[in-house]
Amino acid sequence: MRQRSTFLFTTLAFGYAFLYLPIVILMVYSFNDSRIQSVWNGFSLRWYSSLFNNAQVIDAALLSLQIALISATIATVLGTLAGLSMTHMGRFKGRLLFTGLIAAPLIMPEVITGLSLLLVFVSTEQLIGWPESRGTMTIIIAHITFSMAFVAVIVQSRLSTVDKSLEEAAMDLGGRPYRVAIDITLPLIAPAMVAGWLLAFTLSLDDLVIASFVSGPGASTLPMVIFSKVRLGVAPDINALATLIITVVGIGVVIAGFVMQRRERARITEYKATR
Amino acid sequence: MTIPMNEKIDNLQDDATTGNAQTENRHDSKAQPFIRIENLSKQFDGVAVVDSVNLDIYRGELFAILGSSGCGKTTLLRMLAGFETPSTGRVVIDGIDITGLPPYQRPVNMMVQSYAVFPHMTVEKNVAYGLKKEGVDKTRIGEQVAQILSLVQLSGYEKRKPHQLSGGQLQRVALARALVKKPKVLLLDEPLAALDKKLRERTQFELMNIQDELGITFVVVTHDQEEAMNLATRIAVMDDGRFVQTGTPTHVYEYPTNRFVADFVGTTNMFEGTVSQIANEHLLIDTGDFGVIKASPTPGVNEGNQVWLAVRPEKITISKESITSETTTCIKGVVTDLGYYGNRTIYRVTTETSAVIEISAQNQFRASEPILDSEDEVFVSWDLANSIVLKE
Repeated sequence: MRQRSTFLFTTLAFGYAFLYLPIVILMVYSFNDSRIQSVWNGFSLRWYSSLFNNAQVIDAALLSLQIALISATIATVLGTLAGLSMTHMGRFKGRLLFTGLIAAPLIMPEVITGLSLLLVFVSTEQLIGWPESRGTMTIIIAHITFSMAFVAVIVQSRLSTVDKSLEEAAMDLGGRPYRVAIDITLPLIAPAMVAGWLLAFTLSLDDLVIASFVSGPGASTLPMVIFSKVRLGVAPDINALATLIITVVGIGVVIAGFVMQRRERARITEYKATR
Repeated sequence: MTIPMNEKIDNLQDDATTGNAQTENRHDSKAQPFIRIENLSKQFDGVAVVDSVNLDIYRGELFAILGSSGCGKTTLLRMLAGFETPSTGRVVIDGIDITGLPPYQRPVNMMVQSYAVFPHMTVEKNVAYGLKKEGVDKTRIGEQVAQILSLVQLSGYEKRKPHQLSGGQLQRVALARALVKKPKVLLLDEPLAALDKKLRERTQFELMNIQDELGITFVVVTHDQEEAMNLATRIAVMDDGRFVQTGTPTHVYEYPTNRFVADFVGTTNMFEGTVSQIANEHLLIDTGDFGVIKASPTPGVNEGNQVWLAVRPEKITISKESITSETTTCIKGVVTDLGYYGNRTIYRVTTETSAVIEISAQNQFRASEPILDSEDEVFVSWDLANSIVLKE
């Protein structure tokens, strides 16, 4: 018994070390006074101040956030509509094919998505003169295209668990179809829409490959800037940036978890109270 | 809430005594039907689920459609609610053809088996939903919701969410939500199927009281024949997309017109035979295995006809002595099985020709030992008036 628990403990430790050690090292070295990564030269916040004075990085971060916000929102709207219509169309010929086509971008290699989108933009520019130049707009469009598929799949799976008789009941009580969609269907799939939005937002923030294909001069997202900076040698202010991002995300996750746990607990006590 | 049960029982007794002919027309034959279903059919992939159904339902009735699962009863109800488009035929309610109207424009409301209470709304909001869609002003909504909630005994539960309610409470929310719209017709699809036995029985009476109080015409779909009998003023028995018999509960139970109804509604001992002799007071039917059985003369049954005799288990007497009289059929046998249900005991008696007859006997007196036991030799007998003669 004793031996088995030691074994389990060791594996667990290794697993977590494998997952988190690189991140911890990165965070520690963001406070390193030295310019050289591997040499610890004492605690300092100089990379944080140099980060905030680095207009290029700040601008790229803001641009990335802007793109992520816009593309996630539009992707959620379009993806929800796609999911709704797929589940409400009933049975028709080729339904399976269309459902598959919605989900296909999920498994499409990013390089291919990026390349094909670039080809589209180039040819439309030649044909109708739009887009005049590639930049923020084309990145947003590209991000909507691939993240929409994720939202549609999430919304669709949630919709399939929503009892159809709820919508029928609302219609029976005098709700016209579009009102029923707003009153009943949307509140029920809202959690899926939020999840889809968050996923689309992260995917957009995270994306390097597709953005590199469809971007143009002057529009560099944060991943693009980081990647180009790292190619010229690891700059410690990127460590500082990464630490900040991880901290923000970490706090967000902890708060979300806390809120959800509290709500669940409240629900359970409420439920028990009624028994 | 007044209980008009006495009246109801009186009616039932009336039906029982007047029997066959008059029960069909409890309503003035000149009265305009409130719901008229004409030649209604529904096909799915070429298969008729509902097959040319005609039905008149009168104002204020509590009408039950009874059938086993898959007989098309729910599809029929969904056509009345507007969720299925009929392949042929039409539906007229209160003189208005509603066949082409979408659900949200029909003067009917439906309550489904799953109740479909909106999970993200409180009880109050669930009930108010229909009125809001009608554009009723807020104070009126508040009054009407409070009124209907007190009718279904849910006052004090206004702010509860559905997940905090029990099955019985959810059922009443769904009922209140449909009733608050004051529909011309309320459709109920297996309204009590999800409740446990005790609650179901109590709710049956509550439903009847509410229906009586509001005077709304109810159409109930159910597979539970006891529920249909207890609830309804009239029953339509449905099989394979068609109505096989329509009438009052007593009429359907005591005077089934065919073997399907006799067998589906309640339990029945069925004997097949040929009419061997028609006397003044009775028919003699030669059933082979069971010998000659006496029955009342039935119009349209002639000598030599092949017929079926249906006898209800509770109409048969089981005794240790043989009972012989002019009008009684008596068969000798041995008790092979018995089931004790507390209030009654079900005996299965095997005759000398190894055919089985089922008898249900009330346990009128307290006894620590069963009066009859397995392997006892017994006589089963019944009066000829209890033999139902069926031609199909």
